Amino acid sequence: MIGRLGKGWLWAGYAFLYIPIITLVVFSFNDSSMLSVWGGVSLRWYYALVADEQIQSAVWTSLKIAFFSASTAIILGTLAAFAISRYRRFAGRTTFLAHINAPLVVPEVITGLSLLLFFVACENFFGGVSLRGMLAIWIGHTSICTAYATVVIQARLTEVDRSVEEAAMDLGCRPFQVFYLIIVPSITQSLASAWLLTFTISLDDVVSTQFLMMPGTTTLPVLIFARARLGLDPMINAVATITVILVGTGVAVASLLLVRQERLRAEAQAAAYREAVLAARAG
Amino acid sequence: MPSAATATPAPDRSSGVLARLQRINWGRKTVIGVPFAFLVLFFSLPFLVVLKISVSEADGVQFKDLVDFADGTLTLRLKLANYQFLATDPLYLKTYVSSVIYAAANALICLFIGYPFAYFMTRARPTLRPILVMLVSLPFWTSYLLRIYAWKGLLDDNGVVNNFLLWAHIIDAPLKMMYTSFSMMIGMVYTYLPFMILPLYGTLVKADPRLLEAAGDLGTTPWKAFWLITVPLSKAGIIAGTMLVFIPSVGEYVIPELLGGPQTLMIARVLWNEYFQNVDWPMASAVAVIMVVLILLPLVLLNRYQNIDGRAEAAAARPGRAAA
Repeated sequence: MIGRLGKGWLWAGYAFLYIPIITLVVFSFNDSSMLSVWGGVSLRWYYALVADEQIQSAVWTSLKIAFFSASTAIILGTLAAFAISRYRRFAGRTTFLAHINAPLVVPEVITGLSLLLFFVACENFFGGVSLRGMLAIWIGHTSICTAYATVVIQARLTEVDRSVEEAAMDLGCRPFQVFYLIIVPSITQSLASAWLLTFTISLDDVVSTQFLMMPGTTTLPVLIFARARLGLDPMINAVATITVILVGTGVAVASLLLVRQERLRAEAQAAAYREAVLAARAG
Repeated sequence: MPSAATATPAPDRSSGVLARLQRINWGRKTVIGVPFAFLVLFFSLPFLVVLKISVSEADGVQFKDLVDFADGTLTLRLKLANYQFLATDPLYLKTYVSSVIYAAANALICLFIGYPFAYFMTRARPTLRPILVMLVSLPFWTSYLLRIYAWKGLLDDNGVVNNFLLWAHIIDAPLKMMYTSFSMMIGMVYTYLPFMILPLYGTLVKADPRLLEAAGDLGTTPWKAFWLITVPLSKAGIIAGTMLVFIPSVGEYVIPELLGGPQTLMIARVLWNEYFQNVDWPMASAVAVIMVVLILLPLVLLNRYQNIDGRAEAAAARPGRAAA
């Protein structure tokens, strides 16, 4: 059905996408410090990684920032997605939409620069309190992440059946109860994927972080970027291999959970349907 | 069962209407206001600061106020020298043009590779398709910085690609690939290809295969049917994919910095250097303002085009027109 050309094109495309990642992993086990020369299998770069305190503190900083940015972003993203999908008309809706989508379009060098200059202006205004560092990075990442979280959550929210919400309202639920008891449970999955997505975006961010950081708040990408600029460093390969393993396991676990959840939901739906049919017949 | 519940009137509904309305309004205000306030404060306002600094006179690290009230007269001081310099200095102009050209080339190459790729994905067995889609999006989840770094090891003078070509006796001396526009383009295409493939796949998979069958029954060659049916049906995907690749490419910093050569001109690098190396904040701000204009322009055009297109389609879909 695909034909030889199609198969070849797909294979070549996937090779293009995956060969760089595979070489990264393979060369992390290289004993030679020359990245391109194979010097036998060894774990020396992993030992070096364990001994490198600079990298460890950077990992810790990155994880903290990513956790807080992702968590704030999904709260803001849920509110924004709710506003977009449920309030069809309100004053300033176009401006609101533009604000939500802008961080997706505006290059990060600009987001970073403008937020930095804003914080510097605030520092001058309030008299010397330093705002740059963790707080600034957190805010910067949150505004980028909110845009992505909104897109993911909104896609799910528009799918949720409105009639259930209306029924709950008719039965006397308050708007907040409707949100908490009906909407949140039905979008949990998208909340989880939005959180994971924004967590990885924040964990990966180098450009805006570079603008907003202070010497004490070096994140892992900033460190990797600084070292990668200087040349090839096999320790970066070791970091890459660990990420690939973590992501691979994460994706495997997530897809298993997803399959299980889908099955449970289908079963619950079928049971509810049977019950409804029986009740209708009895009534 | 549910019918019985709806039949009973909700308790004290009439007396609570006002309170309930107020509560809805209040909740609605929070839902809209909180994210709005955050983004206005930390996204738009900072950009206004950039706009202000781009026309301010630097006074050490402080900037003079734009509006000055002295001796009973209000004076507005705008320094447009930065913009004048940007417009007249050939290097900046060249950099802007080359950023747009690199980004457009990236979008075209991604379209050329991605369109057949997405098309063949839709031709695969339906059970295989989710796995194929997942394999395209999976690299997103690993750090893009690390994936760009990987190309450094591949394209280096004695990197994997050169070593392989030497070993296979295809070349006699290592090729100079790293730190050129070539290595940067490879990095760009590699990074942005999934952004092209996924929206294209999304529209192509929805196309009704019966249309192609009908065209075939009516004697159209498959190639002609592809151009007359499949391509027009995937127009939305082509536009979305091209925009998703083009727009972030214009402002790309990490890829040209890690893979490009000193002669590869990209505007984000200029902004970075103005800020970090020359510490010229007003200049960096002016570059930023022009960059935003450069990126907004295609978006505004696209928006207008889509609106016109959408109206035309809506008009065509009206039942009255179909009968006429």
